[in-house]
Amino acid sequence: MLNEIQFLLCASLTLAGAVAAMMLRNLVHCALCAAGAFAGLAALYLQLDAEFVGLAQLLIYVGAIAILIVFTIMLTRGEEIRPGVPIASPSWWVGLPVGALVLACLIGAVMASPSLVRLPAGAVHAPVRKIGEALMNGYVLPLQTIGLLLTAALLGAVVISLREPRNPESKTR
Amino acid sequence: MTTPLANYLVVAALLFSVGLAGALARRNAVLVLIGLELMLNAANLNFIAFWRFGPHAGELAGLMFVIFSIAVAAGEVAVGLALVIAVYRHRRTVQVDRLDSLKG
Repeated sequence: MLNEIQFLLCASLTLAGAVAAMMLRNLVHCALCAAGAFAGLAALYLQLDAEFVGLAQLLIYVGAIAILIVFTIMLTRGEEIRPGVPIASPSWWVGLPVGALVLACLIGAVMASPSLVRLPAGAVHAPVRKIGEALMNGYVLPLQTIGLLLTAALLGAVVISLREPRNPESKTR
Repeated sequence: MTTPLANYLVVAALLFSVGLAGALARRNAVLVLIGLELMLNAANLNFIAFWRFGPHAGELAGLMFVIFSIAVAAGEVAVGLALVIAVYRHRRTVQVDRLDSLKG
């Protein structure tokens, strides 16, 4: 019973944050609501006994990605905040039915499968020590690849957003 | 632990659809990226739920997948936001319907 109340709280926080992030007009409010949705997801992970992933989600999404999004919003001063400017793209009438169709398919598949209405087998324990040992033994190649990928992404982000040097040819644009 | 697996899957499906509809319908490129992140997180929630309710919860495979997925998402959002800033510098706008120079 307590578990279901916790689940309902976390799930409603997540979904309300997600809907608000996609519906609000002010971009900073959208970023804050998205951070709330990410925090609700972290709570759901913690409720599913995945402590390490829940805390990593809190650190990376609420700590880093939300700040990055706020900085981008600040650097790209959106024009949607002014009333009268539409917040939806001209083809929004395609997006909403596609979302509804995908939702209907997913919910139908989940509801039609009786094997999905089940309870967990027993208590599970995934301590950080075990995760670290797995990362250093079986998953060491993916771990190194992720390190390489993150380095490349970091360098790529810096290079892409570098201000280009002004030369006389490009001044005429 | 009394919440069945299907509840988590329904929450993940709702989250995915909200993210998809937002990514397809909003004009601002930053919000399109937030929609993408919501979809990725819905997939992660499915991984964690299937790991927790599966018969081999001691194997950690689902957890590992989510850890790597979060790392890839972090790199993706860094590059994506850098692209948004670069586009803004060139075109002075981040509204996706005004970035139509490839339109025939």
